[in-house]
Amino acid sequence: MSDIRLPSSGFYEAFRRECLTAVRNRSELFNPLIFFLSIIMFVPLGVSPDAKALAPIAPGMIWIVALLALLLSLDKVFQSDYEDGCLEQMLLSGQSMYLVVIAKVLAHWCFTGLLLTLLSPVLGLMMALPGEAYIALMASLLLGTGALSFIGAVGAALTVSLRRGGLLLSLIIIPLYVPVLIFGTSAVRSAALGDPWTGPLAVVAAMCLCAMMLAPLAVVGALKISLEN
Amino acid sequence: MHCLALEKLYFEREDLPLFGGLSASWQSGSIVQIAGHNGCGKTTLLRMIAGLLQPSSGRVLWDDKANRGLSFQSKLLFLGHQVGVKMTMTALENLRWFFALHGRKSADKTPEVSRDELLEALERVGLRAYADTPAHSMSAGQQRRIALARLFISEAPLWILDEPFTAIDKHGVSELEQRIDKHAASGGIVLLTTHQRWSAPSFQVLDLEQYKGRAVDV
Repeated sequence: MSDIRLPSSGFYEAFRRECLTAVRNRSELFNPLIFFLSIIMFVPLGVSPDAKALAPIAPGMIWIVALLALLLSLDKVFQSDYEDGCLEQMLLSGQSMYLVVIAKVLAHWCFTGLLLTLLSPVLGLMMALPGEAYIALMASLLLGTGALSFIGAVGAALTVSLRRGGLLLSLIIIPLYVPVLIFGTSAVRSAALGDPWTGPLAVVAAMCLCAMMLAPLAVVGALKISLEN
Repeated sequence: MHCLALEKLYFEREDLPLFGGLSASWQSGSIVQIAGHNGCGKTTLLRMIAGLLQPSSGRVLWDDKANRGLSFQSKLLFLGHQVGVKMTMTALENLRWFFALHGRKSADKTPEVSRDELLEALERVGLRAYADTPAHSMSAGQQRRIALARLFISEAPLWILDEPFTAIDKHGVSELEQRIDKHAASGGIVLLTTHQRWSAPSFQVLDLEQYKGRAVDV
């Protein structure tokens, strides 16, 4: 049909706009990062500054805190657009909502998952992570946080019309996060022990791609239901 | 020529019928005011016609077709209670985003809207000087005007406007009325809820009170 435009402009505009609003909301932008940084800073103080005690728990610790930091930021993904009516304008725009959702979640990931990944070597240093594991840590977080963002978006979309959906969101999402966490940490742990680590990383990559492809379908459906209220 | 038809619409909320047996049809050029007391389902009806809400039974037909996906949405401009203006973005950015997503929705012009047109639309609603002001530092009326500036660009055949005149001053209201008249005259259909009435020849009223609480099969 000639009156439906190429969906690429919808994708680009949605992404641009998300980045713009995220950058203007600076206080919220840095919340997950500060959370991530401060917990990892407390571990050597609270547990033990000894590298022998820290190194074995480092992969798991960094991954768990990254996961929680992401979870905390999730309920914001659709909230403000739901409240000010932008969401219904997106749904009625005549553009593919699937692409708009991918753009929104990708933008959210850029300001959470990507930043956490870039920050992770510093935290690896604090946690006395062995040198061999840094590449595995960054690669697994890069792909893993992508999967977490897209899976989490489904929960965020389902709970967007609830006033206090935070707890419900966690209950829906945490079971789905378990496989990502298991394979993500096992990649880093294998690397730290000097074993091959591309196997578990490939599983994380597969989860990331699957989530990226399938989760937006569920998100679109969930948003339509949420808007019916 | 377009045609919007409602076929035996029935809607219930928590097992209580809100309205039922609602059938009507409108051709290009109609301005339809949905009237009724608070809580009789005006907003519900508009959201239903826009496709945001499914009727409990009955159908909404656009050009005799019930399937209202992307091709229907590419004919529609919807203005709800929450107008969809982002507080952290400036007036111009808000308008730019809207038309980048929606386009002009015109049958024979390109969907892209130039910056000059956006500025001109802001001029029409008296916000030219505020083009680069973030929406959060404007008054409630000005924020709504950002959304109403869309009407001066959009050529979507179907306009659905939920209380468009809220928080707008007298002069602004008469400008908007003229724009709505012009849109209907050029072949658009406009559905709106308002307490305003004006003397356009094509003006019609749909009184929701008479369908209130009716059951499915009436």
